[in-house]
Amino acid sequence: MTRTGFILANLWRRKTRTVLTLLSVVTAFLLFGLLQAVNVLFSAGADFVGATRLVTQARVSFTTSLPMRLLPEIEAVPGVQEVMWQQWFGAVWQENTQLIFFAADPARLRRVYPEYVMPDQQWKAFEETRTGMIVGRNLANQYGWRIGDKVPIASNIFPQKDGSKAWIFDLVGIYDGKDEEWQRNTNVGWINHAYFDEANQFGSGFAGTFTLKLSDPDQAQQIAQAIDARFENSPDETKTQTEKDFNLGFFKQIGDIGLIVRWILFAVFFTLLLVVGNTIAQSVRERIPELAILKTLGFSDRSVLGLVLAEAAAICVIGGLLGLAIATVIGITIGSSGNFPLAVDERVWITGLISILVLSLAVGLLPALRARRLSIVDALAGR
Amino acid sequence: MLRQAIAITSLSLRSVPERWGPSLVIIVGLAGVVAVFTALLAMAEGFQSTLKSTGRADIALVLRGGSSAELNSGLPREQATLIKQAPGISVGDDGQPLASAEMIVIAELLKTGEKTGSNITVRGVEPAAFALRPQLTIVAGRKFQPGLRELIVGGGVSRQFEGARIGETLRMRGSNWTVVGIFESGDANESELWADVEVAQTTFNRRGFSSVRLQLDPASDLAAVKDALTADPRLNVDVESEQQYYSGQTEQFRRTIGMLAGVVTVIMALGATFAALNTMYAAVGTRAREIATLRAIGFGGTPVVISVLIESLLLALVGGTIGALLAYLLFNNMAVSTLGANFSQVVFQFEVTLELVRRGLLIALVIGMLGGLLPALRAARLPVTTALRAA
Repeated sequence: MTRTGFILANLWRRKTRTVLTLLSVVTAFLLFGLLQAVNVLFSAGADFVGATRLVTQARVSFTTSLPMRLLPEIEAVPGVQEVMWQQWFGAVWQENTQLIFFAADPARLRRVYPEYVMPDQQWKAFEETRTGMIVGRNLANQYGWRIGDKVPIASNIFPQKDGSKAWIFDLVGIYDGKDEEWQRNTNVGWINHAYFDEANQFGSGFAGTFTLKLSDPDQAQQIAQAIDARFENSPDETKTQTEKDFNLGFFKQIGDIGLIVRWILFAVFFTLLLVVGNTIAQSVRERIPELAILKTLGFSDRSVLGLVLAEAAAICVIGGLLGLAIATVIGITIGSSGNFPLAVDERVWITGLISILVLSLAVGLLPALRARRLSIVDALAGR
Repeated sequence: MLRQAIAITSLSLRSVPERWGPSLVIIVGLAGVVAVFTALLAMAEGFQSTLKSTGRADIALVLRGGSSAELNSGLPREQATLIKQAPGISVGDDGQPLASAEMIVIAELLKTGEKTGSNITVRGVEPAAFALRPQLTIVAGRKFQPGLRELIVGGGVSRQFEGARIGETLRMRGSNWTVVGIFESGDANESELWADVEVAQTTFNRRGFSSVRLQLDPASDLAAVKDALTADPRLNVDVESEQQYYSGQTEQFRRTIGMLAGVVTVIMALGATFAALNTMYAAVGTRAREIATLRAIGFGGTPVVISVLIESLLLALVGGTIGALLAYLLFNNMAVSTLGANFSQVVFQFEVTLELVRRGLLIALVIGMLGGLLPALRAARLPVTTALRAA
């Protein structure tokens, strides 16, 4: 009998116990995978945007619109390659579903966000259609919109000149992300700022926030400071930060998601430690005479220690991998539904694998040491 | 049979300390489930009760049609005046309608110890605003003076954010605002900064208001005021009671937290059930001889089942209670904040209510029941002779 076979046979002699312990480990790592994915989404979720862009907002808060007249001044700052602006539209679909829609200049949007992938002719149509809009693939799939549709979108902020808040836009393009991560975030819609600026009741000249593409990302810090210094002590003081920091700050406002997740995971792992640890300890206790016989047969102390550790590791590894796998499948299901860009990706797996390793050691070490210290005479005598 | 059940149960319970390892598994497992469940829902509960207590049923809140939140709404000055003249509004001491036109904007403040700003509501109010919120009291300093750039700060903001203590200044749109007072109200108002509306309008370059609050005359009611305002062709407004407005804002948050709590609890409960099964199988296993002996001297199968079930239920109850207690000690009254309907922070406290504890314990008992049932049946079916001969 091989050593692996021996370990498996040992695990299998108490089928119910092994299966139940395995299932506890599976559920724990299923939860771990999902929660960690949420955590990544909120904390590291902004990583993918990179640091090549800056966001300039009104210093008082991003909900206060900056006026368009800042544009030439921002463009004149050395190192700023391209500037676009985006105005939050307060889009509402049907009864009360809020959507993420911004008004922007199509040509500038395309130059500042090369990560948005869309056929040339659709970009062209967006530039040329005043009432045009483009939406991300996820958003289009979620609501079944097709190019050519006239889509009624209300705004809970901006009425049209006639006082009506019901706007209608022509869907002229659907964009994709350049990679998987950008694709998951294709849930934003864009409308033509020129049309919005003219047709809304509150008057024109408002830009919202500015997004800046830099010629040299390493200069982000200096450029941000230069811009903010320029508008200091004016009614339109600005706050400029990298796009990543802007996104992080926004997520952080929702609450300290990381803290909640850490508390839950702590509870889960503490429990798990006890459940698996207890099972292994018990199985070692029951087998003390057998282990003594192994030693009598010439197995070294160290190999007995290895056997017990391997048993613990087997449960943790099999259960952990299964749990993470199930979490990945669930993540794909949720992610592709377009509601929530959840993904159990390599970052989650890496932390997951580390946790499996730590757990194996934590639950296996004590029983394994006990097995190693076992004195043959005492054990055989049942003392 | 009852006496048999009692006898076996007391016997098995007395042996629990000898098997404390496996028993601890049930206890800790369920403590974990109940603690997480209770703490998550205590957060939803606290948010809800803060917003619910904010609004009053006898105050009408008027927003521009289709706005759904004060931040999105805008009412020109002349419309605000029209709204205040609606029939069915109480009259104040000064002979004017008891109504307050208010403007809200958002300012970024730094949470103590953090580097990224959080949105805080700045509310410009008319003098009547205080009469419309009798629950609001100045606990330190004084009210702002009309015409000056002065602020009073809600207790929740003052405790959690930098630059919001008396004497400190906040910078908004190129001008300095001095904090002159702290107010408390025990509701969502405490998450705001208040200033004179006229000064706020000048600073933020706005001519209109965000909302108008109207004190309903006891002789009138919301429906009458609403009909009068919506029938006016010069206006396009939504009218609801202040209470409806704030309660409506809790839905999204409650749904999100409810879903999170649901998913986490179901998965954790599943894991805890497996652990409980493990424990009880082990308990039955170690007591196989004892149970077989009892059966041999005439005890029935049902009392054995009952005794195993009771043991698992009791352990579950102990675990659940510890979990609820932990949630209470660690989280009750802990102040946190999240984004509310106005895109700005609402400060609230965790509330571990009795109802939540009750539901948590119920979950614990269900898991204890599930975890005990199969092992109990196995114990009862144990063939007496083999069990006696074994080990």
